[in-house]
This record gives sequence, C-alpha cells and structure tokens, in this order.
Amino acid sequence: MLHNLFIGELADRLSKRQISSAELTRHFLGRIERLNPALNAMITLTAEQALADAAAADARLGRGERGPLLGIPLIHKDIFCTAGVKTSCGSRMLDNFVSPYDAHVVARLKAAGSVMLGKSNMDEFAMGSSNETSYYGPVKNPWDVSKVPGGSSGGSAAATAARLTSFATGTDTGGSIRQPAALTGVVGLKPTYGRVSRYGMVAFASSLDQAGVFARSAGDAAAVLQVMAGFDPRDSTSVDVVVPDYTQALGQPLRGMKIGLLREFFEGLEPRNAALLEDALNIYTGLGAETREVSLPHLPLSVPTYYVVAPAECSSNLSRFDGVRYGHRCDNPKDLMDLYKRSRGEGFGAEVKRRIMTGTYVLSAGYFDAYYLKAQKARRLITDEFRSAFEKVDLVIGPTTPTPAFDIGAKMDDPVLMYLNDIYTIGANLAGLPGVSVPCGFVDGLPMGLQLIGPHFAEAKLLNAAHQYQQATDWHMHAPRGYE
Amino acid sequence: MRELLRILSTNPMSLTRQDVEKIAHLARLSITEQEMPVYVHSLSSIVNFVDELSRVDTKGVLPMAHPLDGQHQRLRADLVSESDNHEKYQQNAPAVTAGLYVVPRVIE
Repeated sequence: MLHNLFIGELADRLSKRQISSAELTRHFLGRIERLNPALNAMITLTAEQALADAAAADARLGRGERGPLLGIPLIHKDIFCTAGVKTSCGSRMLDNFVSPYDAHVVARLKAAGSVMLGKSNMDEFAMGSSNETSYYGPVKNPWDVSKVPGGSSGGSAAATAARLTSFATGTDTGGSIRQPAALTGVVGLKPTYGRVSRYGMVAFASSLDQAGVFARSAGDAAAVLQVMAGFDPRDSTSVDVVVPDYTQALGQPLRGMKIGLLREFFEGLEPRNAALLEDALNIYTGLGAETREVSLPHLPLSVPTYYVVAPAECSSNLSRFDGVRYGHRCDNPKDLMDLYKRSRGEGFGAEVKRRIMTGTYVLSAGYFDAYYLKAQKARRLITDEFRSAFEKVDLVIGPTTPTPAFDIGAKMDDPVLMYLNDIYTIGANLAGLPGVSVPCGFVDGLPMGLQLIGPHFAEAKLLNAAHQYQQATDWHMHAPRGYE
Repeated sequence: MRELLRILSTNPMSLTRQDVEKIAHLARLSITEQEMPVYVHSLSSIVNFVDELSRVDTKGVLPMAHPLDGQHQRLRADLVSESDNHEKYQQNAPAVTAGLYVVPRVIE
C-alpha cells in the first residue's frame, strides 16, 4: 500500500510517473478522513490547497523536474506559521489567528514541492509531554487509543505512526519530538540548535526550541532534514555552517565508531527497557561499533534546570499575547489591566498559566539569582560534561523515555511527575545537541525508542548510526493494528 | 534519577496564596477562585522540585544563556528590509480603527 512506502520509494514512483502526487495526496486525505476521528491528531485540514499543490507538483514532474520531496505529502505541527491558514499552537489564545506569512521551514518544504495535508494537534504552546494540554482535546496513541501519544508534538507523531502522512514536522524544546516519536514507534530527529531556522515558529523557550522531523525511517528523516536545514538571516541564532549531504552519509560503515553508554541513563532503568537497549547494543557491536561507559554526573540535574530556564523564557515570550494586536480578547474589559488579565486568563490553559507563573517567579526580584542564574550555571556544567564525553566517544546512547505510553489522564494532576517524562531528552536541549529517537522494540505491546545524541552538527553521523541499526532490525517496519 | 523522585515525596507548601496572587498580577493573568488552590499547590511542588539546584556547587561557573556559546549576535546593514504590511497584520487584531489598535481608555 502507498502509505507504507518510504519517501525514497514514493519519490522513485513519482519520478517514473507510476503514481501521481494527486493520487498520493488523495490517498492520504482519505486515510485522514477515515482514521483521524479516533486519534484527534489534526487541528486543521487543508484538503483543497493540498490537491492544488499536488497538481502543481505533478506539473513540475511532468516538465522533467525531480526532487526527493517533490509531490510528497506532509503534515505541519500547528506551531509553524502557514500563510493564509490558521496557526493555533493548540491554544484558545490563537484559535482565531491566521498567519500572515510562512515559517522558514514551511517555505522551504513548499519550495521543494512537498504537499501540506494539514496541521497537527499539539500540547498548548508546546508545553506538555502527553498532548493532553491542547485546547482541541487530547491526541490518542494509534497503538492503543487509551494511551497518550507523548508530547508536545503528539499529533505529528500519531499521524506519522498511523500512516496518515509520509512525514511530519515537529519542534523539540525538552524532548517534544523524540519523546512522542518513541511512544508511537517512529523516528524523531531534533537537530542541533541553530541548524534549522526558528523564523515563523511560535516561540516557547527561545534558547531551547528547535524544529525537526517525524518519519518512519532514518533515511526518510535525512531526506527531510536536507530540505529544512540551512542558514536563515531572519533567525538571529541560525548558524551559517555548511549543510552536508545527509543521504550520502547513510552508507558509512560503523566499524570503529565509539558509542558511549550514559551511566546516569542506565542506572535504575526498568528491566524490560534495559533489555531492549542491551539488544540494541549487541546490534551495534555486531556492526563493528565499540561501546564504553561515559559518566555525566550533573546530568540528573537536567530536569530542575530545564524547569527554571524554559518557564523563564516562556513567561517572557508569551508576554506578547496581550489581547491587543492579535489573539483572544475578553468581552467588555473595564480598563487596560482588566483587558490584559482576562484575555490572558481566558486565552491560556492551565499548564501554560502554570509555566508563565513559574517563569515569572524565578525571574522576579529576590529570586533571580537563586533560581534563574543558578540554573544557567547548572546548564553550563551539563553542557561541559557533554563536551568532555564527546572527546572520548562519537555518540552517546540511552533510552528516550523511562516507560512506554501511559494512560490518558494518569499524570495530569501532578505536573512534576509529568515533567519527569523528559528526564532523558532534556539534556540535549540544554546543551543544544542533536538527538534522534529510533524504534527499538516493544514493552506491553507498546513501542519504545532508543536515543542517540551527538556533538553539535553531527546529524549526518546520528542519522547514519540510526540507519545502520534499521538495516539490521525491523522495528521500524511495524505498524499499529488497524493502520497497516 | 531516583533521587529526583525522592524529592517529590517531601512536599511542604513553599508558596502562599498571597505569593501566587502577586505572581499572577505580575504575569497579568486573571486566576479564578476555583483555580487558586490548585496553583498554590502545583507551583509549590514545582518550586520545591527546582530547589534541588541549590545543592549544586556552581562556584566560579559562568551562567550560560545560549547553547552555542561563543556565537555572537550578527549585525546587518542598516537598510530597509521590511515593507509596510500593517493592513495585512491588523486583520488578526481584535479591534482596529483607522489603522490603530483600539484599547480601553487609558488617560481620563
């Protein structure tokens, strides 16, 4: 079936004119219509525009043009601005917001000829680890609809796993690509901070936010990153570093590669999670890689560090939502203060308000040094330890999540328990490192992911290590029942 | 990692209702009567949790604001790079008159 083909296979058929982009687009739109009601993975469908874009892609193909994503359907996380299309960020605040322009990522993928099917559901303003904080309701995990898909990019993850699209975009501030990818059994890549432009991506925590990709294989992720990555002067932290040929790099043998086992990640790991990682390590040594233990003693501080830094940046970024220029405005404000407070109080959900208040507190007079500056210092300790580790090893490996997908509603009453879901993913964000989650087996019939983290700009090495693993295993070939 | 879970069980209230009211005012957020106790509780547990940082020795460590340390802010030529799109942008505004955003009267 078309929806099970990888991007390379689809591009091959499109280029040989065995299928058309219109046919492919109709196929995926049909699946969304039939299968999405049970998942709630989508906020907006852009079927009409998709068919027009598919026809345009077919015309380009007809003129002999070729490209790895030309005519291939995708879904954007609803955090990316899309000209003329609603960009809600999963919030009541932006329920009425129509983007006046395209995000850099959206413009790049459009220019490459990929076809947007619609925009995916997400935790409100990307704040959440379960996709339960969305104004549009929770997303369900296609492996078991009583479970969460992870978050915050839960809609993109669920849609990719359910084969409602060839691939999807996401953003990762503390694990929001890798964690849902692990919990839904797909590949999730968070590139190096600065590798992909943040222009037109609604800001949550600007020193941590990074755009990335959900796909069903490392090879597919490489093809998509190729288009997304690159310098953009409109993002002041975009880095002008040459973009290598990621697909070309997929053929490198792993012989002699040094993979570091993060001691702090393996300590106290649930036995079945540990067993899956053990199997993965055997695959890697079989492929010629060497493994050795590395220790990052300050890594366990990642979560408290993050939950100071991210809310602080969030409180400052979200101050732009004032009920004046765009977004929700309360009815009959009695004065300007009332307008600000009620527009924000009504427009934001509980978790977003909690994070804004946490950030306001840690930045307020008397607490700034004790919390915010202290966290920035802890951030440097963690980053320095990663740097030393990468003097000894090429990549580090560990789990992506402590457990498989949990029940919807299970952790909503305890924010700190929810925050600990990100325990293995946050370190890479604090240090700005690229990370990828790759399906590595099942616990209780639910998918689990292994995580590889590399030095800055080592995406090619990461994707190749993930690709080699997928050549030796078939975990990424499993589809949830009912979505095959 | 177990250490972190241990902290969760030691949970005295570190913030009072008055604290949360002050924070909400600074953040320009209206909080309803029903929501208030929930925020007092959950913000207290978050503050307790991040208090763990106070035990770390950070003497002589420079605060890190940006993940790619050593990167400096780029400058660009001082030329006009944006065109006037205010009509387009104001289509998203809740209230506009004659190209101006409308808010409740500020000066009596």
